[in-house]
Amino acid sequence: MRTATGDTQTIVLFGGTSEIGLAIVTALITPTTRHIVLAGRNLDACTGAAAALNTPKGCHTHVVEWDATAPHAHQDCVNTIVDLIGDLDVVIMAAGVLGTQEHFDAHPADAGDAVIANMAGPIATLTAVAQQMRAQQHGHLVVLSSVAGIRVRAANHVYGATKAGLDAYAQGLADHLAATDVHVTIVRPGFVHGRMTAGRPTAPFATTPDNVAADTVKAIHKQQRIVHSPGILRWVFLALRHLPVALWRRIPG
Amino acid sequence: MNVVPSGGVERLSGWGRTSPVWCSVSDVAGAEGVRSVVSAVGARGVVARGVGRSYGDAAQNSGGDVVRLTGDGIALDPESGVVRVDAGVTLDALLRVVVPKGWFVPVTPGTRFVTVGGAIAADVHGKNHHRDGSFGGSVRSMDVVLASGEQVTVSPSSDADLFWATVGGMGLTGVIVAASVQLIPVTSSRMLVSTRRFDGLDALMASMVERDAAFRYSVAWVDATVSGRRLGRGVVTWGEHASPTDLSGRAASDPLGYAPSQRIGVPGVVGSVGVVRRWNAAAFSEAWFRNAPVRRDGEVQSIPAFFHPLDGVANWNRVYGRRGFVQYQFVVPDESADTVRAVLERVVASRPADFLNVLKRFGPAGEGMLSFPMPGWTLTLDLPVVDGLNPLLHELDDLVLGAGGRVYLAKDAQTTPSMIAASYPRLNEWRTVRDRVDPNRVFHSDLARRLEL
Repeated sequence: MRTATGDTQTIVLFGGTSEIGLAIVTALITPTTRHIVLAGRNLDACTGAAAALNTPKGCHTHVVEWDATAPHAHQDCVNTIVDLIGDLDVVIMAAGVLGTQEHFDAHPADAGDAVIANMAGPIATLTAVAQQMRAQQHGHLVVLSSVAGIRVRAANHVYGATKAGLDAYAQGLADHLAATDVHVTIVRPGFVHGRMTAGRPTAPFATTPDNVAADTVKAIHKQQRIVHSPGILRWVFLALRHLPVALWRRIPG
Repeated sequence: MNVVPSGGVERLSGWGRTSPVWCSVSDVAGAEGVRSVVSAVGARGVVARGVGRSYGDAAQNSGGDVVRLTGDGIALDPESGVVRVDAGVTLDALLRVVVPKGWFVPVTPGTRFVTVGGAIAADVHGKNHHRDGSFGGSVRSMDVVLASGEQVTVSPSSDADLFWATVGGMGLTGVIVAASVQLIPVTSSRMLVSTRRFDGLDALMASMVERDAAFRYSVAWVDATVSGRRLGRGVVTWGEHASPTDLSGRAASDPLGYAPSQRIGVPGVVGSVGVVRRWNAAAFSEAWFRNAPVRRDGEVQSIPAFFHPLDGVANWNRVYGRRGFVQYQFVVPDESADTVRAVLERVVASRPADFLNVLKRFGPAGEGMLSFPMPGWTLTLDLPVVDGLNPLLHELDDLVLGAGGRVYLAKDAQTTPSMIAASYPRLNEWRTVRDRVDPNRVFHSDLARRLEL
């Protein structure tokens, strides 16, 4: 449950080893936090991440098996989590693979798998979570999207398309839940330094997981629907979105 | 009598206006209506609600059912002073009937706008706790609709476990639909009041220890806007029910006359922005302190003026604005009286926009398993919700727990399951009774969910 000050008791992270996801969990922890669930495929890595969290006294951490590429198991997984911790206060969807366009071009089946991991799986889970939150009549969904989905770039259009699809789903979900006390925050980071982007050329306005987390927590408290991180990217991509195709194609990267 | 529940989806919150949630609300007159809601209850359960004066999330049930009791039956036995009353009757309505007949409620909290059902479920206390204990101690029997739909009459002699699990049980053992309550006799509707003003906390607390035994009613207002030597300065009032010989003028000709009125209200627009700020809370506190007599005895006051000063202003909870406020109330045992000072110091240092703080000495605890009072000191602070309040409240919880004290469930909207488990020693005993009468958790509230009761 939420407390009088809007602090939350339960936090669930899908994509339990995601750097941005864990940074958001860390930023959300208060003395009120009672249960944290890290759900992911690699249980050892999730267990390690859970152990590294700085939790208040009386707070329990749980690791639950969840494979983004196996959507048929997701309803059961959400039920398991509800049995474990009760009401879901904040649920963060941070699962995703980046991949490279060269790889997808050479292995088209992997492009299909990326769509499942980044979009089909998260949508199955978010739909199940939304139904639970609708029954609770409270809760907050945080969906990790990307500026890459605002206008899909040639350089990684498979990844961009998955984020565009997830982002569009989340917007529709937010509208679907508008009359309830269930809120959706869509997070659109730019280039984030971290494991996922290691060895790749840095883009302008690059940021860090901690900064994305700080922006996200602020947006959660304000019940803001879409947050860009850093905020300037909202305006940058507003402009880029309306560039003529001939110009857009010439942008490097 | 209409037994079909009426109502719909409503956004409910406690009196503190924090954490509002959508609930499916049914207005029911009595046991039949309660039964029909209980028999069709969904997975989120149901909880009873009176007039919504608990401060936190005790009488709301996010995504679930709420039954609001509207019965208005009052039957007074004028010989014994035992009144049989529907659970949805407010103390306000009850007082209007019984005071002119020479009876008074055994316990009244700082507002008369609470229902009898709520008063039992929260086992409320008043200014006479040091002498008379809490509300549950005057309940002779009550009718409760259980999770099974069965209606039972419980008293301290028949199913004492269920009785004392329901007194203070926050509505989680069943729905109280009616009760028999022993009233106390009075010969007038006025109070005889003695007032003392103190420049610091130690003198104020010493005076309460010294003089409380001589008076039935006692309470102190303390200032939470000043620090240093003046920390905890305040005004203590003691009172007794006046006798007709104490009265003069119009009051003397109608000693039992009782006509409370609510003259002013706070408009809705205030509720969105709030009007209490640090500077005016401090100014109010200064004025309130200066305005009090240093020493005055034998002053005659009305029941509302003495017991329910805030009831004169409708919707006063709106003054704190959209984010609402937390009424933080704790009790610590006598040997930890220093904790009152420690908490006050901590709160004053945080410079809250806080002007309503009440200090009171409790007498012996009652038998309610989850009842709040224990012998010692209870301090109540009204704290508007601002950024940074959550860590402050957890710090206060730690101070209180360390001192062997606890916080009051009827006020709480912020504490943790661990705090409650560590400070209510009879919680497991209560759970055993609850599991016996409600194994499937038909009765549920946001409070129960949040504190894992």
